[in-house]
Amino acid sequence: MARLELNAVGKSFGPVRCADDLSLAVEPGEIVAVFGPSGSGKTVLLRMIAGMFEPDKGDILVGGQSIVGAPPERRGIGMAFQNFALFPHMSAQDNIASGLRAKAAAGEVASRVKSISRLLKIEHVLGHMPRELSNGQKQRTALARALIGNPEVLLLDDPLRNVDAKLRYEMRLELPNLLRRSSAAVLYVTQDYREAMAIADRIAVLIDGRLVQIARPEEIYARPASVAVARLFGDPSINLAEVEPVAGQGSFNAQVAGTAVRLEAADREAADLGPCWLGVRPDDLVVTRQAGENAIPARIVAITPMHEKAVLLLRFSDGSEWLAALPQDSSMASAEDGVFVCFAPEAALLFDRATGLRVGLPYRRQAA
Amino acid sequence: MDHSSLAGRIFRGIALALVLVFFMFPIVWIFLMSFQTNEQILRIPPHILFEPTLANYQALISGQLRTTAGNLEISFIRNLMNSFALSSAAVVLALLLGVPAAYAFARFKFRLGETIAFTLLSFRFAPPLLVLLPLSLYYQQLGLNDTYFGIVWVYQLIALPLILWIVRGYFEDISPDIEHAYRLAGHSWREAFTRIAVPLAGPGIAAAGLLSFIFCWNNFVFALILASADKQPVTVGALAFVTASGIQYGQIAAAIVLSVTPTLLLALYAQRYLVEGLSLGAVKG
Repeated sequence: MARLELNAVGKSFGPVRCADDLSLAVEPGEIVAVFGPSGSGKTVLLRMIAGMFEPDKGDILVGGQSIVGAPPERRGIGMAFQNFALFPHMSAQDNIASGLRAKAAAGEVASRVKSISRLLKIEHVLGHMPRELSNGQKQRTALARALIGNPEVLLLDDPLRNVDAKLRYEMRLELPNLLRRSSAAVLYVTQDYREAMAIADRIAVLIDGRLVQIARPEEIYARPASVAVARLFGDPSINLAEVEPVAGQGSFNAQVAGTAVRLEAADREAADLGPCWLGVRPDDLVVTRQAGENAIPARIVAITPMHEKAVLLLRFSDGSEWLAALPQDSSMASAEDGVFVCFAPEAALLFDRATGLRVGLPYRRQAA
Repeated sequence: MDHSSLAGRIFRGIALALVLVFFMFPIVWIFLMSFQTNEQILRIPPHILFEPTLANYQALISGQLRTTAGNLEISFIRNLMNSFALSSAAVVLALLLGVPAAYAFARFKFRLGETIAFTLLSFRFAPPLLVLLPLSLYYQQLGLNDTYFGIVWVYQLIALPLILWIVRGYFEDISPDIEHAYRLAGHSWREAFTRIAVPLAGPGIAAAGLLSFIFCWNNFVFALILASADKQPVTVGALAFVTASGIQYGQIAAAIVLSVTPTLLLALYAQRYLVEGLSLGAVKG
């Protein structure tokens, strides 16, 4: 099987730069999620690999061979589209069989369609036309079509976008097994950070046409490269406060909403910090009624129950607002309460305010 | 509409009947006229009941027009065949040229693309007489005057823009992803065009072909100027019924019935095909 490699790939549409110096390698059998907000260039990236656009700059290699300039049919790529793109005038069976690029014998085609559709649990609808299929079945048919030819590179363009929530959860569990079975290099585009974290071995974060961070899911969550990445991962998203940390004895001190907060200083590169963003994830906040060290006074403005946890909207004395996600059964029930917000020093992330990049403070996930 | 009131349904019925009478009456009347003699037709007041005669049809088919001033040779059947041949050939040629062109205009951006497409469209709204004079001069020089090919070619002014613009819209409605998916599965550009794009645009191509057939069939002025009697279609041939001894209304009516029937049947047949669902359901809208 072959490795997919992007070398400094660039692409512009008029003045809009959709891909800027993208470099990425996907090993055979590996699943890399390309994650980014809409309009960040994810689909353009996939389409350059699939051969619908040619890059302006850089090179795309499959198994060490450049595929730039080759027509789509000779690239050895399988792709599942977000809108399924089934052939409306062909049955599910023919749709899937069309993915067999080698002119295989009729009997072999039938048996391979059968085995892949058994794997995807769509055997019973093979005779149906696309318009008679449910969205879930369409999506599985499209996946089967992409997988049947055993492509060296598999591109999945947000395949779970248009299916219902239940099926999405089911597929999040099934897909990694299914994809690993094919041992293709898989590039999986998604706009849902949970999906990226559930399915991928590594996540490539694409913002405004640039790959900002490529790392394992837990790494990205724990050590986001920039404030923009930190904002994208997590729901509710990370709380930010403008701080100007002052170095102290083995620590930093910063003012958050008028309260002095001590931050851990384990990293020497953090010694000389300018204006920063202080970021704390809502899950890492502790809301208490007791004043204490690092406790910022706040009022609870609103509480949103969200099944297993409750999200509290907190307002500090300077008017800034943070969110805290607490277990549902916590005693912080009534709004309008005066409370204190604490977080462990090691839970704080610092980002340079000028560049948005994270400055080297370690982050350790708090034990629950 | 089960829940609409009785009064509403009655009103709708009356309105439909009125519209139907308005559009169908001329056709019914022509049909009745075609079985009457000139005397019966010109009777005042007209009679609904009459003794039908097949003389008009006989005259058309035998090619012998009997008038008070003597017998007249007419070539109505030949004209009808000409109409068939010319319109079909023009539509086939226009489809061969227009469908790939429509696909190109729908899928690719190229220099002057829109200008070329619009220029082709402008042939539809330029008055034919404007181009006919220079065209007849060209045709004489090129030796295309009074040839079937010459008329088929000039009919492209009618058929090609129509097919190009209608089919282009259908191609644009097909998600390019469907074709991309087919190509990624190992099929060439040509296969994606013939196996995906053309079948999916099929109803549109049929509609455009049908419409341009009707427009070509109804054309009068091109063939009047550019062809002589033996190559003229039925629209021009009908002029023969205006004779020295008067206008042969009965034969005209029979000629109209004969010349309208093929397009009418074609439209009725194709309508069934046209309303057959298009590609709904395969692509999430």
